[in-house]
Amino acid sequence: MAVLARAPEAALEAALAALSPAPAWQVLRGPETGMVMVRGRMGGSGRAFNLGEMTVTRCAVRLGDGRIGHAYIAGRDGRRAELAAVLEATAQGAVPPSLAQALASMRAAQEAERDDRSRRAAATRVEFYGMVRMG
Amino acid sequence: MYVAVKGGEKAIENSHAFLAEVRRGPADVPALALEQIEGQLGLAVDRVMAEASLYDRRLAALAIRQAQGDLVEAAFLLRAYRTTLPRFGASLPLDTAVMAVERRVSATYKDLPGGQVLGPTYDYTHRLLDFSLEAGGETAAAPRAEAPLDAAMPHVSSLLAGEGLMRPEAPDDGREPVDITRDPPRFPADRSARLQALARGDEGFVLAMGYSTQRGYGGAHPFAGEIRYGAVTVELVPEELGFPIELGEIMVTECEMVNQFKGSRTEKPQFTRGYGLVFGHGERKAMGMALVDRALMAAELGEEAVHPAQDHEFVLSHCDNVESSGFVQHLKLPHYVDFQSELELIRRLRAEAEERLAETRREAAE
Repeated sequence: MAVLARAPEAALEAALAALSPAPAWQVLRGPETGMVMVRGRMGGSGRAFNLGEMTVTRCAVRLGDGRIGHAYIAGRDGRRAELAAVLEATAQGAVPPSLAQALASMRAAQEAERDDRSRRAAATRVEFYGMVRMG
Repeated sequence: MYVAVKGGEKAIENSHAFLAEVRRGPADVPALALEQIEGQLGLAVDRVMAEASLYDRRLAALAIRQAQGDLVEAAFLLRAYRTTLPRFGASLPLDTAVMAVERRVSATYKDLPGGQVLGPTYDYTHRLLDFSLEAGGETAAAPRAEAPLDAAMPHVSSLLAGEGLMRPEAPDDGREPVDITRDPPRFPADRSARLQALARGDEGFVLAMGYSTQRGYGGAHPFAGEIRYGAVTVELVPEELGFPIELGEIMVTECEMVNQFKGSRTEKPQFTRGYGLVFGHGERKAMGMALVDRALMAAELGEEAVHPAQDHEFVLSHCDNVESSGFVQHLKLPHYVDFQSELELIRRLRAEAEERLAETRREAAE
Protein backbone atom coordinates (compact mmCIF):
# COMPACT_ATOMS: atom_id res chain seq x y z
CA MET A 1 0.00 0.00 0.00
CA ALA A 2 2.86 2.40 0.83
CA VAL A 3 4.27 1.87 -2.67
CA LEU A 4 0.87 2.23 -4.36
CA ALA A 5 0.06 5.41 -2.41
CA ARG A 6 3.21 7.08 -3.74
CA ALA A 7 2.99 5.82 -7.32
CA PRO A 8 2.05 8.12 -10.19
CA GLU A 9 -1.14 7.41 -12.11
CA ALA A 10 0.69 6.18 -15.22
CA ALA A 11 2.49 3.47 -13.23
CA LEU A 12 -0.79 2.31 -11.67
CA GLU A 13 -2.54 2.24 -15.07
CA ALA A 14 0.33 0.26 -16.55
CA ALA A 15 0.23 -2.25 -13.70
CA LEU A 16 -3.51 -2.72 -14.21
CA ALA A 17 -3.16 -3.08 -17.98
CA ALA A 18 -0.50 -5.78 -17.49
CA LEU A 19 -2.86 -7.97 -15.44
CA SER A 20 -4.17 -10.95 -17.34
CA PRO A 21 -7.00 -11.69 -17.14
CA ALA A 22 -8.04 -8.07 -16.61
CA PRO A 23 -9.76 -7.87 -13.22
CA ALA A 24 -13.40 -6.89 -12.88
CA TRP A 25 -14.32 -4.91 -9.80
CA GLN A 26 -17.17 -3.21 -8.13
CA VAL A 27 -16.66 0.04 -6.27
CA LEU A 28 -17.92 -0.30 -2.71
CA ARG A 29 -17.14 3.24 -1.65
CA GLY A 30 -15.87 6.38 -3.28
CA PRO A 31 -13.58 7.47 -4.63
CA GLU A 32 -14.23 10.12 -2.02
CA THR A 33 -12.02 13.10 -1.13
CA GLY A 34 -11.80 14.28 2.44
CA MET A 35 -9.16 15.26 4.94
CA VAL A 36 -6.95 13.69 7.55
CA MET A 37 -5.82 15.75 10.53
CA VAL A 38 -2.03 15.49 10.60
CA ARG A 39 -0.56 15.27 14.07
CA GLY A 40 2.87 16.17 15.33
CA ARG A 41 4.57 15.61 18.66
CA MET A 42 5.51 18.40 21.06
CA GLY A 43 9.26 18.84 20.86
CA GLY A 44 9.30 16.03 18.30
CA SER A 45 8.94 13.40 21.01
CA GLY A 46 6.20 14.35 23.47
CA ARG A 47 2.42 14.48 23.46
CA ALA A 48 0.51 14.73 20.19
CA PHE A 49 -0.93 17.98 18.83
CA ASN A 50 -2.95 18.78 15.73
CA LEU A 51 -0.71 20.35 13.10
CA GLY A 52 -3.24 20.82 10.29
CA GLU A 53 -5.20 18.84 7.74
CA MET A 54 -4.25 17.33 4.40
CA THR A 55 -6.45 16.25 1.53
CA VAL A 56 -6.83 12.49 1.19
CA THR A 57 -8.86 10.39 -1.25
CA ARG A 58 -10.15 6.97 -0.33
CA CYS A 59 -11.71 4.16 -2.28
CA ALA A 60 -12.86 0.60 -1.54
CA VAL A 61 -13.45 -2.00 -4.22
CA ARG A 62 -14.50 -5.66 -4.41
CA LEU A 63 -13.04 -7.95 -7.05
CA GLY A 64 -15.14 -10.58 -8.81
CA ASP A 65 -13.79 -13.27 -6.45
CA GLY A 66 -14.77 -11.30 -3.37
CA ARG A 67 -11.39 -9.87 -2.37
CA ILE A 68 -11.74 -6.34 -1.03
CA GLY A 69 -9.17 -3.60 -1.51
CA HIS A 70 -8.89 -0.31 0.35
CA ALA A 71 -6.87 2.74 -0.60
CA TYR A 72 -6.22 6.02 1.21
CA ILE A 73 -3.88 8.29 -0.68
CA ALA A 74 -2.71 11.87 -0.23
CA GLY A 75 -4.34 14.37 -2.56
CA ARG A 76 -7.58 14.51 -4.52
CA ASP A 77 -7.01 12.09 -7.39
CA GLY A 78 -9.95 9.70 -7.46
CA ARG A 79 -8.63 7.60 -10.33
CA ARG A 80 -5.35 6.95 -8.51
CA ALA A 81 -7.24 5.93 -5.37
CA GLU A 82 -9.47 3.53 -7.30
CA LEU A 83 -6.52 1.97 -9.15
CA ALA A 84 -4.59 1.63 -5.89
CA ALA A 85 -7.57 -0.12 -4.27
CA VAL A 86 -7.91 -2.56 -7.20
CA LEU A 87 -4.20 -3.36 -7.21
CA GLU A 88 -4.17 -3.70 -3.44
CA ALA A 89 -7.01 -6.25 -3.65
CA THR A 90 -5.25 -8.07 -6.48
CA ALA A 91 -2.05 -8.31 -4.44
CA GLN A 92 -3.83 -10.16 -1.62
CA GLY A 93 -2.96 -13.85 -1.52
CA ALA A 94 -0.84 -15.01 -4.44
CA VAL A 95 0.52 -11.87 -6.12
CA PRO A 96 0.29 -12.21 -9.93
CA PRO A 97 3.84 -12.14 -11.38
CA SER A 98 3.16 -9.09 -13.57
CA LEU A 99 1.93 -7.17 -10.51
CA ALA A 100 4.90 -8.28 -8.42
CA GLN A 101 7.12 -6.95 -11.16
CA ALA A 102 5.18 -3.69 -11.41
CA LEU A 103 5.32 -3.18 -7.65
CA ALA A 104 9.05 -3.85 -7.66
CA SER A 105 9.65 -1.28 -10.38
CA MET A 106 7.46 1.30 -8.61
CA ARG A 107 9.42 0.70 -5.43
CA ALA A 108 12.72 1.00 -7.30
CA ALA A 109 11.61 4.29 -8.90
CA GLN A 110 10.59 5.69 -5.53
CA GLU A 111 13.85 4.60 -3.92
CA ALA A 112 15.85 6.11 -6.79
CA GLU A 113 14.04 9.42 -6.38
CA ARG A 114 14.62 9.39 -2.64
CA ASP A 115 18.28 8.56 -3.16
CA ASP A 116 18.66 11.38 -5.69
CA ARG A 117 17.07 13.91 -3.35
CA SER A 118 19.25 12.75 -0.49
CA ARG A 119 22.42 12.98 -2.59
CA ARG A 120 21.45 16.48 -3.73
CA ALA A 121 21.12 17.46 -0.06
CA ALA A 122 24.33 15.60 0.84
CA ALA A 123 26.24 17.78 -1.64
CA THR A 124 25.45 20.74 0.66
CA ARG A 125 26.79 19.05 3.78
CA VAL A 126 29.42 21.25 5.41
CA GLU A 127 32.97 19.90 5.68
CA PHE A 128 34.62 21.92 8.44
CA TYR A 129 38.34 22.46 8.49
CA GLY A 130 40.49 24.17 11.08
CA MET A 131 42.06 27.58 10.49
CA VAL A 132 45.54 28.14 11.87
CA ARG A 133 45.84 31.41 13.69
CA MET A 134 49.17 33.10 13.18
CA GLY A 135 50.81 35.25 15.82
CA MET B 1 -25.15 45.46 13.13
CA TYR B 2 -25.49 45.27 9.36
CA VAL B 3 -28.83 45.08 7.63
CA ALA B 4 -29.67 43.48 4.34
CA VAL B 5 -29.92 46.16 1.72
CA LYS B 6 -31.33 45.80 -1.73
CA GLY B 7 -29.56 47.16 -4.72
CA GLY B 8 -26.03 47.00 -5.97
CA GLU B 9 -26.43 43.64 -7.75
CA LYS B 10 -25.39 45.05 -11.09
CA ALA B 11 -22.48 46.93 -9.53
CA ILE B 12 -21.29 43.77 -7.77
CA GLU B 13 -21.58 41.72 -10.93
CA ASN B 14 -19.54 44.26 -12.85
CA SER B 15 -17.04 44.48 -10.03
CA HIS B 16 -16.50 40.72 -10.33
CA ALA B 17 -15.88 41.12 -14.06
CA PHE B 18 -13.50 44.02 -13.37
CA LEU B 19 -11.66 41.90 -10.82
CA ALA B 20 -11.41 38.98 -13.27
CA GLU B 21 -9.95 41.26 -15.94
CA VAL B 22 -7.41 42.78 -13.55
CA ARG B 23 -6.50 39.33 -12.23
CA ARG B 24 -5.88 38.04 -15.74
CA GLY B 25 -3.59 40.96 -16.57
CA PRO B 26 -2.67 41.97 -20.13
CA ALA B 27 -4.28 39.51 -22.56
CA ASP B 28 -1.16 39.35 -24.72
CA VAL B 29 0.82 37.76 -21.86
CA PRO B 30 0.25 34.01 -21.34
CA ALA B 31 -1.89 33.09 -18.33
CA LEU B 32 -0.08 31.67 -15.33
CA ALA B 33 -0.41 27.88 -15.07
CA LEU B 34 -0.94 26.20 -11.70
CA GLU B 35 2.12 24.06 -12.41
CA GLN B 36 4.19 27.25 -12.61
CA ILE B 37 2.89 28.51 -9.28
CA GLU B 38 3.37 25.10 -7.66
CA GLY B 39 6.83 24.65 -9.11
CA GLN B 40 8.25 28.16 -9.17
CA LEU B 41 6.48 29.98 -6.36
CA GLY B 42 6.80 27.05 -3.98
CA LEU B 43 7.40 29.09 -0.84
CA ALA B 44 4.20 31.07 -1.43
CA VAL B 45 2.37 27.74 -1.82
CA ASP B 46 3.94 26.56 1.44
CA ARG B 47 2.86 29.64 3.34
CA VAL B 48 -0.71 29.39 2.10
CA MET B 49 -0.92 25.71 3.06
CA ALA B 50 0.46 26.47 6.53
CA GLU B 51 -1.87 29.38 7.27
CA ALA B 52 -4.89 27.70 5.69
CA SER B 53 -4.00 24.63 7.76
CA LEU B 54 -4.62 22.42 4.73
CA TYR B 55 -1.86 20.56 2.93
CA ASP B 56 -2.63 20.41 -0.79
CA ARG B 57 -0.10 22.03 -3.11
CA ARG B 58 -2.35 22.26 -6.13
CA LEU B 59 -5.27 23.80 -4.25
CA ALA B 60 -2.92 26.33 -2.66
CA ALA B 61 -1.59 27.21 -6.14
CA LEU B 62 -5.15 27.68 -7.37
CA ALA B 63 -5.95 29.89 -4.39
CA ILE B 64 -2.86 32.01 -5.06
CA ARG B 65 -3.85 32.50 -8.68
CA GLN B 66 -7.44 33.29 -7.74
CA ALA B 67 -6.30 35.79 -5.09
CA GLN B 68 -3.79 37.46 -7.44
CA GLY B 69 -0.96 36.51 -5.14
CA ASP B 70 -2.59 37.89 -1.98
CA LEU B 71 -1.46 35.08 0.32
CA VAL B 72 -3.75 35.95 3.21
CA GLU B 73 -6.73 35.98 0.87
CA ALA B 74 -5.51 32.69 -0.61
CA ALA B 75 -5.36 31.13 2.86
CA PHE B 76 -8.92 32.35 3.43
CA LEU B 77 -10.08 30.67 0.18
CA LEU B 78 -8.47 27.40 1.23
CA ARG B 79 -9.97 27.59 4.72
CA ALA B 80 -13.41 28.06 3.17
CA TYR B 81 -12.86 25.08 0.85
CA ARG B 82 -11.75 22.98 3.80
CA THR B 83 -15.18 23.28 5.40
CA THR B 84 -16.71 21.39 2.44
CA LEU B 85 -14.67 18.24 3.06
CA PRO B 86 -15.39 15.41 5.51
CA ARG B 87 -12.64 14.38 7.90
CA PHE B 88 -11.58 10.74 7.71
CA GLY B 89 -9.63 10.75 10.95
CA ALA B 90 -6.38 11.86 12.52
CA SER B 91 -2.95 10.60 11.52
CA LEU B 92 -0.46 8.95 13.80
CA PRO B 93 1.91 11.64 15.10
CA LEU B 94 4.63 12.39 12.55
CA ASP B 95 8.03 10.91 13.33
CA THR B 96 10.30 13.81 12.44
CA ALA B 97 13.39 11.92 13.68
CA VAL B 98 13.26 9.83 10.50
CA MET B 99 12.55 12.77 8.18
CA ALA B 100 14.06 12.51 4.69
CA VAL B 101 16.12 15.62 5.32
CA GLU B 102 16.69 18.26 2.64
CA ARG B 103 18.17 20.72 5.09
CA ARG B 104 19.32 20.39 8.67
CA VAL B 105 21.40 22.89 10.59
CA SER B 106 22.28 23.45 14.22
CA ALA B 107 23.62 26.66 15.74
CA THR B 108 24.62 24.86 18.93
CA TYR B 109 26.79 21.97 17.73
CA LYS B 110 29.28 22.18 14.91
CA ASP B 111 29.83 18.46 14.64
CA LEU B 112 26.67 16.56 15.19
CA PRO B 113 25.71 13.11 13.95
CA GLY B 114 24.47 13.46 10.38
CA GLY B 115 26.26 16.78 9.92
CA GLN B 116 25.20 20.26 8.94
CA VAL B 117 23.25 20.09 5.69
CA LEU B 118 22.60 23.50 4.16
CA GLY B 119 20.04 22.39 1.57
CA PRO B 120 18.23 25.04 -0.48
CA THR B 121 18.62 28.23 1.57
CA TYR B 122 18.78 31.97 1.04
CA ASP B 123 20.92 32.31 4.19
CA TYR B 124 24.24 32.60 2.37
CA THR B 125 23.04 34.47 -0.70
CA HIS B 126 24.06 38.09 -1.11
CA ARG B 127 20.56 39.47 -1.41
CA LEU B 128 21.54 41.26 -4.57
CA LEU B 129 18.98 41.26 -7.34
CA ASP B 130 19.99 38.64 -9.87
CA PHE B 131 19.37 40.18 -13.26
CA SER B 132 20.15 36.91 -14.99
CA LEU B 133 16.73 35.75 -13.75
CA GLU B 134 15.10 38.67 -15.55
CA ALA B 135 15.66 37.01 -18.86
CA GLY B 136 14.22 33.62 -18.03
CA GLY B 137 16.79 31.93 -15.91
CA GLU B 138 17.28 28.35 -17.00
CA THR B 139 19.41 26.68 -14.36
CA ALA B 140 21.92 23.85 -14.43
CA ALA B 141 21.12 20.82 -12.26
CA ALA B 142 22.49 20.99 -8.71
CA PRO B 143 25.42 18.67 -7.96
CA ARG B 144 24.80 15.31 -6.29
CA ALA B 145 27.07 13.78 -3.69
CA GLU B 146 28.26 10.25 -4.26
CA ALA B 147 26.50 8.93 -1.19
CA PRO B 148 23.15 9.88 0.33
CA LEU B 149 22.88 11.45 3.78
CA ASP B 150 23.15 9.34 6.91
CA ALA B 151 19.91 7.57 7.65
CA ALA B 152 20.18 8.53 11.32
CA MET B 153 19.76 12.23 12.07
CA PRO B 154 19.10 12.41 15.80
CA HIS B 155 17.46 15.56 17.12
CA VAL B 156 19.89 17.90 18.88
CA SER B 157 17.57 17.89 21.89
CA SER B 158 18.05 14.15 22.22
CA LEU B 159 21.82 14.75 22.58
CA LEU B 160 21.21 17.17 25.45
CA ALA B 161 18.52 14.95 26.93
CA GLY B 162 21.07 12.12 27.00
CA GLU B 163 23.12 14.16 29.46
CA GLY B 164 20.04 15.15 31.46
CA LEU B 165 20.55 18.80 30.51
CA MET B 166 17.29 19.16 28.59
CA ARG B 167 13.98 19.33 30.38
CA PRO B 168 12.19 16.25 29.06
CA GLU B 169 8.93 16.56 27.16
CA ALA B 170 5.89 15.33 29.05
CA PRO B 171 5.47 11.74 27.83
CA ASP B 172 2.57 10.86 25.56
CA ASP B 173 -0.20 9.85 27.96
CA GLY B 174 -2.58 9.04 25.13
CA ARG B 175 -4.69 12.10 25.87
CA GLU B 176 -6.54 13.44 22.82
CA PRO B 177 -5.04 16.77 21.81
CA VAL B 178 -7.28 19.83 21.70
CA ASP B 179 -8.58 20.65 18.22
CA ILE B 180 -9.09 24.40 17.96
CA THR B 181 -11.25 23.90 14.85
CA ARG B 182 -13.81 22.04 16.99
CA ASP B 183 -13.24 22.85 20.66
CA PRO B 184 -14.10 26.30 22.03
CA PRO B 185 -11.07 28.32 23.24
CA ARG B 186 -10.11 28.00 26.93
CA PHE B 187 -7.48 29.96 28.81
CA PRO B 188 -4.92 29.14 29.97
CA ALA B 189 -4.72 27.05 26.83
CA ASP B 190 -3.39 23.51 26.69
CA ARG B 191 -0.06 23.35 24.86
CA SER B 192 -1.67 21.25 22.10
CA ALA B 193 -4.07 24.12 21.38
CA ARG B 194 -1.20 26.63 21.47
CA LEU B 195 0.90 24.69 18.98
CA GLN B 196 -2.04 24.15 16.63
CA ALA B 197 -2.91 27.86 16.71
CA LEU B 198 0.70 28.92 16.14
CA ALA B 199 1.20 26.40 13.30
CA ARG B 200 -1.69 28.01 11.38
CA GLY B 201 -1.04 31.51 12.69
CA ASP B 202 -0.03 34.44 10.55
CA GLU B 203 3.69 34.35 9.80
CA GLY B 204 4.09 38.07 10.37
CA PHE B 205 2.31 37.97 13.71
CA VAL B 206 4.15 34.89 14.96
CA LEU B 207 7.47 36.32 13.80
CA ALA B 208 6.83 39.67 15.51
CA MET B 209 5.80 37.97 18.75
CA GLY B 210 8.93 35.81 18.64
CA TYR B 211 11.03 38.88 17.89
CA SER B 212 9.53 40.68 20.88
CA THR B 213 10.83 37.94 23.20
CA GLN B 214 14.34 38.52 21.87
CA ARG B 215 14.07 42.24 22.45
CA GLY B 216 13.31 41.96 26.13
CA TYR B 217 9.58 41.37 26.16
CA GLY B 218 9.81 37.82 27.36
CA GLY B 219 13.39 37.34 28.34
CA ALA B 220 14.26 34.22 26.41
CA HIS B 221 17.89 33.46 25.64
CA PRO B 222 17.41 31.23 22.68
CA PHE B 223 19.74 29.19 20.53
CA ALA B 224 18.56 27.55 17.34
CA GLY B 225 19.26 24.02 18.51
CA GLU B 226 18.15 22.63 15.23
CA ILE B 227 16.19 23.46 12.12
CA ARG B 228 15.29 20.72 9.69
CA TYR B 229 13.22 20.61 6.55
CA GLY B 230 12.25 17.53 4.59
CA ALA B 231 9.71 14.85 3.80
CA VAL B 232 7.86 12.88 6.45
CA THR B 233 5.53 9.96 5.93
CA VAL B 234 1.94 10.35 7.09
CA GLU B 235 0.26 7.25 8.50
CA LEU B 236 -3.40 6.70 9.26
CA VAL B 237 -5.21 3.84 10.97
CA PRO B 238 -8.51 3.59 9.06
CA GLU B 239 -11.34 2.29 11.24
CA GLU B 240 -12.21 -0.48 8.77
CA LEU B 241 -8.63 -1.76 8.65
CA GLY B 242 -7.39 -1.33 12.20
CA PHE B 243 -3.73 -1.10 11.23
CA PRO B 244 -1.64 1.85 10.02
CA ILE B 245 -1.24 2.55 6.31
CA GLU B 246 0.93 5.18 4.62
CA LEU B 247 -0.96 7.93 2.82
CA GLY B 248 2.10 9.51 1.26
CA GLU B 249 4.58 12.17 2.26
CA ILE B 250 4.38 15.82 3.17
CA MET B 251 7.13 18.41 3.50
CA VAL B 252 7.50 20.08 6.88
CA THR B 253 9.88 22.45 8.67
CA GLU B 254 10.76 21.79 12.27
CA CYS B 255 12.61 24.03 14.72
CA GLU B 256 13.87 23.23 18.18
CA MET B 257 14.87 26.33 20.06
CA VAL B 258 17.04 25.75 23.12
CA ASN B 259 16.40 28.15 26.01
CA GLN B 260 17.80 28.64 29.48
CA PHE B 261 15.80 27.71 32.52
CA LYS B 262 16.98 28.81 35.95
CA GLY B 263 15.32 25.85 37.59
CA SER B 264 12.77 25.84 40.36
CA ARG B 265 12.38 24.38 43.82
CA THR B 266 11.72 20.98 42.30
CA GLU B 267 13.84 21.15 39.14
CA LYS B 268 17.56 21.71 38.61
CA PRO B 269 18.78 24.37 36.19
CA GLN B 270 18.51 22.96 32.69
CA PHE B 271 17.64 23.83 29.13
CA THR B 272 14.08 23.98 27.92
CA ARG B 273 12.90 23.82 24.35
CA GLY B 274 10.45 25.79 22.31
CA TYR B 275 9.03 23.88 19.39
CA GLY B 276 8.01 24.89 15.91
CA LEU B 277 6.50 22.69 13.21
CA VAL B 278 4.89 23.99 10.03
CA PHE B 279 3.71 22.66 6.69
CA GLY B 280 6.14 23.21 3.83
CA HIS B 281 9.38 25.15 3.93
CA GLY B 282 8.91 27.99 6.41
CA GLU B 283 11.90 28.55 8.66
CA ARG B 284 11.05 32.09 9.69
CA LYS B 285 7.64 30.86 10.77
CA ALA B 286 8.94 27.72 12.50
CA MET B 287 11.54 29.74 14.43
CA GLY B 288 9.01 32.39 15.45
CA MET B 289 6.66 29.63 16.53
CA ALA B 290 9.35 27.96 18.65
CA LEU B 291 10.15 31.26 20.39
CA VAL B 292 6.51 31.95 21.14
CA ASP B 293 5.87 28.34 22.23
CA ARG B 294 8.61 28.75 24.83
CA ALA B 295 7.34 32.18 25.92
CA LEU B 296 3.85 30.74 26.45
CA MET B 297 5.30 28.15 28.86
CA ALA B 298 6.28 30.87 31.32
CA ALA B 299 3.49 30.24 33.80
CA GLU B 300 4.02 26.46 33.72
CA LEU B 301 7.70 26.96 34.52
CA GLY B 302 6.97 29.31 37.39
CA GLU B 303 8.30 32.34 35.53
CA GLU B 304 6.62 35.71 35.74
CA ALA B 305 4.32 36.11 32.73
CA VAL B 306 3.98 39.82 32.04
CA HIS B 307 4.78 40.29 28.36
CA PRO B 308 2.44 40.01 25.36
CA ALA B 309 4.19 36.91 23.96
CA GLN B 310 3.64 35.13 27.30
CA ASP B 311 -0.09 35.87 27.34
CA HIS B 312 -2.07 32.89 26.06
CA GLU B 313 -5.23 34.81 25.35
CA PHE B 314 -3.47 37.69 23.63
CA VAL B 315 -1.39 35.46 21.34
CA LEU B 316 -4.00 32.84 20.54
CA SER B 317 -6.84 35.29 19.97
CA HIS B 318 -4.87 37.42 17.53
CA CYS B 319 -2.56 35.10 15.60
CA ASP B 320 -5.06 33.91 13.01
CA ASN B 321 -5.01 36.07 9.90
CA VAL B 322 -8.29 34.77 8.52
CA GLU B 323 -10.04 35.87 11.71
CA SER B 324 -8.20 39.15 12.13
CA SER B 325 -8.51 40.07 8.48
CA GLY B 326 -12.21 39.24 8.57
CA PHE B 327 -12.88 41.34 11.64
CA VAL B 328 -10.88 44.35 10.48
CA GLN B 329 -12.25 44.18 6.95
CA HIS B 330 -15.87 43.73 7.96
CA LEU B 331 -15.72 47.43 8.78
CA LYS B 332 -16.02 47.98 5.03
CA LEU B 333 -19.48 46.44 4.92
CA PRO B 334 -22.50 48.72 5.21
CA HIS B 335 -23.03 49.93 8.77
CA TYR B 336 -25.63 52.49 7.69
CA VAL B 337 -28.08 51.82 10.53
CA ASP B 338 -25.36 51.67 13.19
CA PHE B 339 -23.94 54.90 11.91
CA GLN B 340 -27.38 56.56 11.77
CA SER B 341 -27.88 55.88 15.47
CA GLU B 342 -24.36 57.18 16.21
CA LEU B 343 -25.19 60.31 14.24
CA GLU B 344 -28.38 60.85 16.18
CA LEU B 345 -26.58 60.29 19.44
CA ILE B 346 -23.80 62.75 18.69
CA ARG B 347 -26.30 65.38 17.48
CA ARG B 348 -28.30 64.99 20.67
CA LEU B 349 -25.18 65.25 22.84
CA ARG B 350 -24.08 68.34 20.95
CA ALA B 351 -27.49 69.93 21.37
CA GLU B 352 -27.41 69.20 25.10
CA ALA B 353 -23.89 70.63 25.38
CA GLU B 354 -25.00 73.70 23.47
CA GLU B 355 -27.92 74.07 25.85
CA ARG B 356 -25.66 73.86 28.91
CA LEU B 357 -23.24 76.37 27.43
CA ALA B 358 -26.04 78.81 26.73
CA GLU B 359 -27.28 78.34 30.29
CA THR B 360 -23.82 79.14 31.68
CA ARG B 361 -23.57 82.26 29.52
CA ARG B 362 -26.99 83.45 30.69
CA GLU B 363 -25.99 82.95 34.32
CA ALA B 364 -22.70 84.83 33.78
CA ALA B 365 -24.52 87.74 32.11
CA GLU B 366 -26.94 88.04 35.05
